Amino acid sequence: MNLTLLIVQLLNGLQLGILLFLLASGLTLIFGIMNFVNLAHGSLYMVGAFLCATFTQLTDSFILGVLLALPATAIFGLLLDRIVVRYLYQRDHLDHVLATFGLILVLNTAAHMIWGPDGIVVPLPGWLDTRVEPLAGVVIPVYRLAIIAVGMAVAAGLYLLITKTRIGMRIRAGASNRDMIGALGVDINLLFTFVFALGAVLAGLAGMMVAPITEASIGMGNSIIIVTLVVIVIGGIGSIKGAFIAAIIVGLIDTMGRSYLDVLFEQFMSIQNAETSAPAISAMLIYILMAAVLAVRPQGLFPPKGR
Amino acid sequence: MSLSNLGIRGSVIVLVMILLALVPVLAAVTDNAFYLDVATRLVILAMAAVSLNLILGNGGMISLGHAAFIGIGAYSVGIPAYYDMYNGFIQIPLAIAASALFALITGAICLRTKGVNFIMITMAFAQMLFFAFVSIEEYGGDDGLVINVRSEFGGLIDLEDNVSLYYLSFVSLLAVLYLVHRIVNSRFGMVIGGAKGNERRMQSLGFNTYRYQLTAYVIAGAICGYAGTLLGSFTNFISPEMLDWSRSGELLFMVVLGGTGTLFGPVLGAAAFLLLEEYLSPLQDYLLFDGAGIYWQFSFGIILILVVLFGKGGIVGFLDRLDEKRQRRKAKGHD
Amino acid sequence: MTDPLLQVTDLTKSYGGVVATDRVNIDLRVGEIHAVIGPNGAGKTTLISQLAGEQMPDSGRIMFDGRDITHQPTYSRALQGIARTFQITNIVHDLPVIENVLLSVQAQAGHSFRFWQVARTDKTLIEPAMEALRRVSLGQRADDISRYLSHGEHRQLEIAMALAANPTLLLLDEPMAGMGAEESARMVDFLTSLKGEKTMLLVEHDMDAVFALADRITVLVNDRAIATGSPDDIRNNEDVRKAYLGDEES
Repeated sequence: MNLTLLIVQLLNGLQLGILLFLLASGLTLIFGIMNFVNLAHGSLYMVGAFLCATFTQLTDSFILGVLLALPATAIFGLLLDRIVVRYLYQRDHLDHVLATFGLILVLNTAAHMIWGPDGIVVPLPGWLDTRVEPLAGVVIPVYRLAIIAVGMAVAAGLYLLITKTRIGMRIRAGASNRDMIGALGVDINLLFTFVFALGAVLAGLAGMMVAPITEASIGMGNSIIIVTLVVIVIGGIGSIKGAFIAAIIVGLIDTMGRSYLDVLFEQFMSIQNAETSAPAISAMLIYILMAAVLAVRPQGLFPPKGR
Repeated sequence: MSLSNLGIRGSVIVLVMILLALVPVLAAVTDNAFYLDVATRLVILAMAAVSLNLILGNGGMISLGHAAFIGIGAYSVGIPAYYDMYNGFIQIPLAIAASALFALITGAICLRTKGVNFIMITMAFAQMLFFAFVSIEEYGGDDGLVINVRSEFGGLIDLEDNVSLYYLSFVSLLAVLYLVHRIVNSRFGMVIGGAKGNERRMQSLGFNTYRYQLTAYVIAGAICGYAGTLLGSFTNFISPEMLDWSRSGELLFMVVLGGTGTLFGPVLGAAAFLLLEEYLSPLQDYLLFDGAGIYWQFSFGIILILVVLFGKGGIVGFLDRLDEKRQRRKAKGHD
Repeated sequence: MTDPLLQVTDLTKSYGGVVATDRVNIDLRVGEIHAVIGPNGAGKTTLISQLAGEQMPDSGRIMFDGRDITHQPTYSRALQGIARTFQITNIVHDLPVIENVLLSVQAQAGHSFRFWQVARTDKTLIEPAMEALRRVSLGQRADDISRYLSHGEHRQLEIAMALAANPTLLLLDEPMAGMGAEESARMVDFLTSLKGEKTMLLVEHDMDAVFALADRITVLVNDRAIATGSPDDIRNNEDVRKAYLGDEES
């Protein structure tokens, strides 16, 4: 087995996992605290990417682009909450599903109108665009390491926020008992807006980080939202810890599966059969994983207490 | 039942059904095959929407993966056709069996969860199937499968004739409506409806609600699978796109727009959806939006949000409110 | 002495280290009204929940009619003759009153995998349902939508649904909750009329009702059963008075 390829793929899996975590953490908070089904979370990912692309073009610097796009995404999330989403919190899940489905369509077409149908390339600064060679023959792009590092930092920051701050305590209380936080005199609307905006920023950050690799494009939200949903279902809705663990697992399994499933299959079936069945099965792998987890634990791996 | 007792809601429904029954005649008279095309799609999607309504409106199960069954039904026509097997008497039972099986397996898992989890899992399973079909190059993968011969029924009915296909679909819709009507009002329907309203209570009374809900899920899947076979024959083209979750979203929209939980709501919802699609798309030429049907996407998105925020009870609910006003005016008039 | 209809032995349940039910023993003789009283938080709700099958005990045993039902799910117990009313009215609010009761009758009438005949006009279901409604004086409200009943009528509906199942054991969770004096008196009369016909486990706060109805009383304090006996025994029991009733002039 090619060691280089293995290490590279492991890192790819880890990177995917980190990105999924950024998306999943926001989404699981929104589900857990507002009981709001936000299918449009992928669109926030897309908006973050496009905003970053624009700011990068304007300032000629990726780093500045990200730094400007982060608050911009937060404001966008805030506006979305104030204008549309807040009217939906009281409604039932079916209404959430349809309304956020509508929101996806609106945001996608708005993006189309503003940024055009083609993707936008986001260039990396020279120092991020290099490679390192920690082991002989193992070449790793620096940017991937950067993504993983930033992701871990954000995860740590989120952990501190949730466990050590007052607002984090309210979030935790809200996740397990929504009625109680109202009774405790916490301003619900403010808390909800904060959580939604936080989710938007996390999703946007993921989009910004992935944009230099895949381009900022309109369809990017649609494909990632499903995987994100699978992650939070596996992890347990409302649980950040669950989102983290599930995201890493899903990222690794998906990446490694796509790379190595045909090799695995070739061990016990003909090369032809392996080559036809492996792509199909590897595409289905994370769903099979989800089904397996739910068969044993219908509430996910780490559901918050009180659910 | 005298005609005057039909009320506004009843009259609209009867009118729509009569119009649908006469579509081929209208199409022939106006020499416009387009009407027949739209109507065929309408009737087939209405069938799918009715099946979704059975578990959603009557059972309270919000499935965001119902389009999977349309896809299974369509591929049950397409894959045999790929092997030059066009026998409808084999394709259709195959479609129903495959749909029922998929519903049984996924439903058994989905129904063990509640609320948000349920919605997400139904969606994920449908996407799983989507990716599965995309990956199978043999059957077209992403590009889909073209079929040259529609389901054959050995001389009984010739589906190559568009009018025959339409009437088969229309009669099927009527049959499905009647079937669902009986199911909803039967003992089985009572349990499903009760479980939607208060599952804890139903269990306390002695009902193993899981079994009943799973059964309803399988029945709905099977009906939708059948609709899928007709769609496959109709479009002569089968692709994984049919299973995409946005298709499931559109089905949900049809049910909600028409009026969740009502018998004819899904039919009216499907009709409204298709009419919107047909008439909003051409308008894009008059605006600055460039191609790719994004004007339709944009408008549909706005409409979705507006219907959710302001459209209580859907079309049927709206007609019912008109009926209530009429009753009140009548009562006043008699004073 | 005949075997008790319900025998609860050393029932124990805790939630993450906090004890909710502490080795509770209760038995119910056929035809008796056995009241369970105790201060709030003493574990009465958890007890009913475990008897009904909504929660499973950590240890202990529940025997019903000679059979071990400790780990059976709720619906299974309902089919064996245990009916339960809820403290907070728990009905299908959007259905007419008659249909709520109809469901109770239907549940006992074999499986419901019947897809063709209309259920709500089925005489074999309607007649027992109407009888149960008339028994609790709700007959005239049969076609009204359940959500629009008064609170007292809701409590009556709960009883009707339980009776319609023709149960051997009734678990009554605070049937008089939220009722005024007059309504409570009527409920007491009604339950008295059921004496001997049905075996009842009655959880209640209304002490007048409890002492008027109960053949025996068990007192739960701090999740433990501290005393069981006739109403007089309980009234005079030192521990009970200290813990719950408060010292009275004897």
